[in-house]
Amino acid sequence: MSPTPAILRASYALAHAPDLVRHGSKPAREIGRDPSLLPRITEALRPWDEVVAYPPNQVFIGNREPDDLASIPRPWYENRIDSADSAGSFGRMVTQPALYGLMKLCDDFELVTIDAELADLAATDLADFDHRRGRITGVDPAELRTIAEASNGLDLHQDGRPAGFIRTVHDQDEALTASVLLENLISKATAVLAVSDLLRSARIAAGEIDYLLNCGEEAVGDRYQRGGGSLSKAVGEVVGCVNATGSDIKAFCSAPVHALIAAGAMVAAGVHRYVVVLGGASQAKLGMKFGAHLRNGVPVMEDCLASMAFLVGPADAGDGEGLRLRLDLAGKHPIGAGSSPKAVYEALVVEPLVRAGLSMTDIDKYAVEMHNPEITEPGGSGDVPRTNYRTLAAMAVLRREIGREDMDRFVAERGMPGFAPTQGHIPAGVPYLGHALEAIRRGRLDRAMIVAKGSLFLGRMTQLVDGVSFVVERPAVARPR
Amino acid sequence: MDLEDQANVNRLAETSGTDDMVVLLGQPDANSAGLFAETVTRGDPTWAGPLAGVPLGLPVFHVLEPEIKEQMDGELYDEHVGLMELSADVDEIIKWVAVCRD
Repeated sequence: MSPTPAILRASYALAHAPDLVRHGSKPAREIGRDPSLLPRITEALRPWDEVVAYPPNQVFIGNREPDDLASIPRPWYENRIDSADSAGSFGRMVTQPALYGLMKLCDDFELVTIDAELADLAATDLADFDHRRGRITGVDPAELRTIAEASNGLDLHQDGRPAGFIRTVHDQDEALTASVLLENLISKATAVLAVSDLLRSARIAAGEIDYLLNCGEEAVGDRYQRGGGSLSKAVGEVVGCVNATGSDIKAFCSAPVHALIAAGAMVAAGVHRYVVVLGGASQAKLGMKFGAHLRNGVPVMEDCLASMAFLVGPADAGDGEGLRLRLDLAGKHPIGAGSSPKAVYEALVVEPLVRAGLSMTDIDKYAVEMHNPEITEPGGSGDVPRTNYRTLAAMAVLRREIGREDMDRFVAERGMPGFAPTQGHIPAGVPYLGHALEAIRRGRLDRAMIVAKGSLFLGRMTQLVDGVSFVVERPAVARPR
Repeated sequence: MDLEDQANVNRLAETSGTDDMVVLLGQPDANSAGLFAETVTRGDPTWAGPLAGVPLGLPVFHVLEPEIKEQMDGELYDEHVGLMELSADVDEIIKWVAVCRD
């Protein structure tokens, strides 16, 4: 009998990165045009304590539930949580020095140099980290200056002062410039943190992992194979997954859901017993909406780098209380489906449920793109999760499963406020999986659907959108395979 | 409105004139519909794009407005707009677009 696949554990991380906001794609371009923007951005960035106490961040790492946000008045950046902890039930926040430390210990090509003061801070803030801590070394400031003056690259800052440098590897290779390498190294470093925490919390030895699937949005490679990838294996090496190999799944924001379905299929087919799905942070998106934030007098809130990791394995492993992955209910948006909202939701949500004889109200919680609305609204992008939940409710009305007067209740009961940072693939439904695991263990959830969409048109190769979905269930609800 | 769309609107206005041009919006919420409407009438309020300081004064409507709906094929409208019509705050969206238009 083939194993029933389950998501056994989830892990999330947020790395505070205020001094890296200037290197985000949008800020870097705008500061290049108008250097006077840098002090204005710097002034609008939040200190560590405020980032830790920010309610959506507390939800992201598992110290609060998503529905708690509904009762915290907006703006959330002013209504912070007292005595907030940077360690959560299934995630944690780390300081910027810790992030630099992670980059150093992930750096196999001496790309990054930091000064001794920053190295000391990094080592202190990563005192409980298990891997390669000996690699967090620094140089004296004079040596750092010499390196920076002799090479092409980017200065890295701590508290506004130049405290590090990342070098361009090849002056004629756009894929190996300092800015691209910074993106890739940050993706690796943040994914390493999430995977390391995942293995520790799941109490599974790194050597037991058979396969790694990376779903991040970075493009690792050189001029001849830009985006060639396999950051998965690079991450696995750092955390000691010596018996694993890996590959990357690329599908814009929907990649994590593609990857989890693929991981479940690998487990169900008996190809691999334990598969880790991982996604590192998107450095390019730091400060993406800073202009709207400055104009509206709100903090520049895209100041954290998010990462995540999931352990997929047989449902009877561990405590047996994982989320059963209903692969028979996987939804997809086929190429020929059309891109109207109705066509997309028919394909992603309705079709798989109808196939199993279920209705939309048989799903207790839907997890859609979970963008934090406080970040998106000032730029005119609206409340993305709310719009999606209203659309789902409208679908249920059209299908005569609920009355029009029940739409608000549908949204309140089966949706949730957005709480994820705008880090591309990170908000794609999967930030809820940690909460779903907790809710199922407490007997408060039977069945959830994770729905992700991807804007394939951004790469100018097709006008198509993409989308995939899957259903997870409480063990007792899951049907025998 | 993203910079590319602003550039397209600006280019069309410059090359074809604005006499026969109408902007039709499809944003699902009042806030973004209002921002887009303002961009093509008074100029980009975010001062980030090609329409910053360019008050084109284009007539702007939302696809949810009754005078637009009645000009469209009913079946196509239901397929592409029906869900938004059900889920969005139609009155609020129309109000904010009208504020910019008028």
